[in-house]
Amino acid sequence: MRNVPDFLRPNKRNAWLAFVALGLLLLVLPFATDALLGRGWVRIVDFALLYIMLALGLNIVVGYAGLLDLGYVAFFAVGAYTYALLGSPQFGLHLPFWIVLPIGATLACIFGALLGAPTLKLRGDYLAIVTLGFGEIIRIFLNNLNAPLNITNGPQGISQIDAIRVAEFSLGRSQELFGITLPSVHLHYYLFLALTLLVIFISLRLQDSRIGRAWMAIREDEVAASAMGINTRNIKLLAFAMGATFGGVAGGLFAGFQGFVSPESFSLMESIMILCMVVLGGMGNIGGVVLGGVLLVVLPEALRNGAGPVQQVLFGKTLIDPESLRMLLFGVALIVVMLWRPAGLWPSSQRQRELEAHDGEAQQEQDTVYDASR
Amino acid sequence: MTHPGEHLLKLSGVSKHFGGLAALSGVSLHIKRGEIYGLIGPNGAGKTTLFNILTGLYQLDGGSFSFAGTSFSCCKPHLLAQAGIARTFQNIRLFPNMTALENIMVGRHLRTHSGIWAALTRHAAARREEREIAQRALELLRYVGIHRHSHTLAKNLSYGEQRRLEIARALATEPKLLALDEPAAGMNATETESLRVLLQTIRNSGVTVLLIEHDVKLIMGLCDRVAVLDYGKKIAEGVPAEVRNDPAVIAAYIGGGT
Amino acid sequence: MEILLQQIINGLVQGSVYALVALGYTMVYGILGLINFAHGEVVMVGAMVALAVIKVLLATALSPVLVLLLSLLAAVGVCMALGYGIERVAYRPLRHAPRLAPLITAIGVSIVLQTLAMIIWGREYHAFPQLLPNASHSIGGAVINEVQIAIVLVAVLMMAGLLLLVHRTRLGRAMRAVAENPSAAALMGVNINGVISTTFMLGSALAAVAGLMVSANYGIVHYYMGFMLGLKAFTAAVLGGIGNLRGAMLGGVMLGLIESLGAGYSGALTGGMFGSNYQDVFAFIVLIAVLIFRPSGLLGERVAERA
Repeated sequence: MRNVPDFLRPNKRNAWLAFVALGLLLLVLPFATDALLGRGWVRIVDFALLYIMLALGLNIVVGYAGLLDLGYVAFFAVGAYTYALLGSPQFGLHLPFWIVLPIGATLACIFGALLGAPTLKLRGDYLAIVTLGFGEIIRIFLNNLNAPLNITNGPQGISQIDAIRVAEFSLGRSQELFGITLPSVHLHYYLFLALTLLVIFISLRLQDSRIGRAWMAIREDEVAASAMGINTRNIKLLAFAMGATFGGVAGGLFAGFQGFVSPESFSLMESIMILCMVVLGGMGNIGGVVLGGVLLVVLPEALRNGAGPVQQVLFGKTLIDPESLRMLLFGVALIVVMLWRPAGLWPSSQRQRELEAHDGEAQQEQDTVYDASR
Repeated sequence: MTHPGEHLLKLSGVSKHFGGLAALSGVSLHIKRGEIYGLIGPNGAGKTTLFNILTGLYQLDGGSFSFAGTSFSCCKPHLLAQAGIARTFQNIRLFPNMTALENIMVGRHLRTHSGIWAALTRHAAARREEREIAQRALELLRYVGIHRHSHTLAKNLSYGEQRRLEIARALATEPKLLALDEPAAGMNATETESLRVLLQTIRNSGVTVLLIEHDVKLIMGLCDRVAVLDYGKKIAEGVPAEVRNDPAVIAAYIGGGT
Repeated sequence: MEILLQQIINGLVQGSVYALVALGYTMVYGILGLINFAHGEVVMVGAMVALAVIKVLLATALSPVLVLLLSLLAAVGVCMALGYGIERVAYRPLRHAPRLAPLITAIGVSIVLQTLAMIIWGREYHAFPQLLPNASHSIGGAVINEVQIAIVLVAVLMMAGLLLLVHRTRLGRAMRAVAENPSAAALMGVNINGVISTTFMLGSALAAVAGLMVSANYGIVHYYMGFMLGLKAFTAAVLGGIGNLRGAMLGGVMLGLIESLGAGYSGALTGGMFGSNYQDVFAFIVLIAVLIFRPSGLLGERVAERA
């Protein structure tokens, strides 16, 4: 702590400066990636934002309430397929985005509560396998509900989904705003950014609330929580429903953005990926979860783009195809990061030290303990 | 509302068995409002089982109990907490990764109402409630004497402080009956003495106390009445001095102990 | 009637494989309380190694039986080493870490093993050669071939052996002690790390055998084969009551039967609405139903809430 330069020390003025700087950075980010990294990157950033929403949703279930959910992608699927079915030529329905998205979110919320209800008595790993089972069941249904009655169009998925559109303003094509021409991916970026910020805001508010404390109490010790008068059943259901709602919103956005959904996007691996974002970043800590989401989307992409050329330089030829190398490094990264920081890259125990900064005595005591443990 | 001497908790013929083992068989007792009632007995006598039944963690197999005029035969823990029974645990069960203050704030959950909407909008009433929760929690921290550590994580508190925090958390639910499971276990003489003072204060504030304890001195000095359990049966009940000289009790402790 | 018998036979064969793999999950869970997510990949590695050895040895003049045994030995050896390595690298350093950390490292190991297998053996399906004559027998109209008979027999033998090991030997006693209470076991002089390593190695050996069995039964080996198999086996372990050896066996066989009967009859029962492509759904629906009524699985202990 002693060698930190003055402008990095936390205080109110610096916090505001950082806030404004971050805001500006986020505003110009799509143009910056276009200029610096090349055109494909805004799209990747858009996906990163979707995943951050998903990870924050799962964080409510896993990080706050401590319920290990391995089937979270099911709610993403519910949101995406709701959008796809109500806004595509599949049934000839073309309901507007602002109606479909809430429907998808509500359905996901209901699914969350429905799937949560039978699992409430289960603990830890039993819960994990049951939620995993639910996730797989939903995917299998999506895969097979094309016969005898074609609902989901089976493995082919649903294509030509309507672009996200409010009145005449469609995010599906370039639009001119304030004299700047914004391509479709940029438009999506700003919408996703706004919604991600909203999700972060909701997460923050929930975290420091009566409900948030009840979730954490259940995570810490369910028996003690119920003995303190918390209706664990309702509060857990609320966590499932909230998390699922976020998933449903992200799913709707995904469908509108891609213009195409198929069961393949909702495999178990996807659930695991989202869980990795939450745990790798730092369970229960919003900053950590956002970091996890960014890393797990951007890192594999960077590896995909970088793996080929680097091998060329090192060995003069491509030894391992970039896709495989990407997965390999990704797996290794998961192991190494967890071994190095078992509580995640940015764990919520940071919060502990922040809190203790207010307690002069406790702080000193704590410092000696930390020093001793080093 | 409070009528001194009136029964707050009545157990009639409460039984509980695990497989073939009868942990409690036909235990009946009455606890009056405003008293400190001690529950003693050798290890495995069924004291904690009784607590778990009173707080809804176990369902009873026979008999029933009534609390503050309402009869319960099987019940969810949160409903019993709602009715006014709060407890601590023999092997301290705090929320380890939450601060001392937050632990107590969780205890206020039962008596407050803010939901999701209040959390998101933080409207005036929600802010007021949140402020009240925090204030009451701080008061309770002060009450049990650990307000210096309000922002320390529960797991980083000392053993005695954790015991106190657990009591404060239970008090936060505004109980009519505070059930303490071996609160003095592992405490030194000074800590035990200050615990005794604390329990007196709690009783004087109108809360009835049910106490499981092995520290005979504490029981004798503190309790108005004592019941002795042995092998799941109540073998004696009365004022401490009486019970102490009861031959059945002496036999249980000496005979059963070896 | 023939269909019913046939489905039961198929279910038993598949269930034996599930049971062997489920044992690996349940042993590790019983001792460490964690889901060894990488276990399915160990099965795959076992199958791949066995295939590689067979391909090399087929060129020699060795007898097919010997080739099969050698490939089995190689697979078991490699998998045991792998199991040992996984525990050392991914789990041991995290024994006191937050509960989800080892789950993530396990997922990491799983991804690494799968990708390595893909790099080494490619994305294609490999045919698994038929080494021994594989005659089919007819029982009451249903058909069972000798490979399938061998699978069931070997599985039963291995499970009996494991039960003997756990309940009748010094090592087994140590394993049970560590599962019950690690610190007490350590105080009694049990070498905890040794016991845990051994557990992983035993589980991996069973996985290797299972890998060879699936390959021989279906005649196909693929780098992705471990994933779904592992998932099913884990489901089986939970179905039976995770941490319980007999539960894993029962769960495995039951899961095999449920899947096979479900796939065979669901089309007819639902008027063609839900056909055999819903096979995987049955497994999970049964699992969920069982857990709702018996939250700790079929043979799991009902853990009374300790307060």
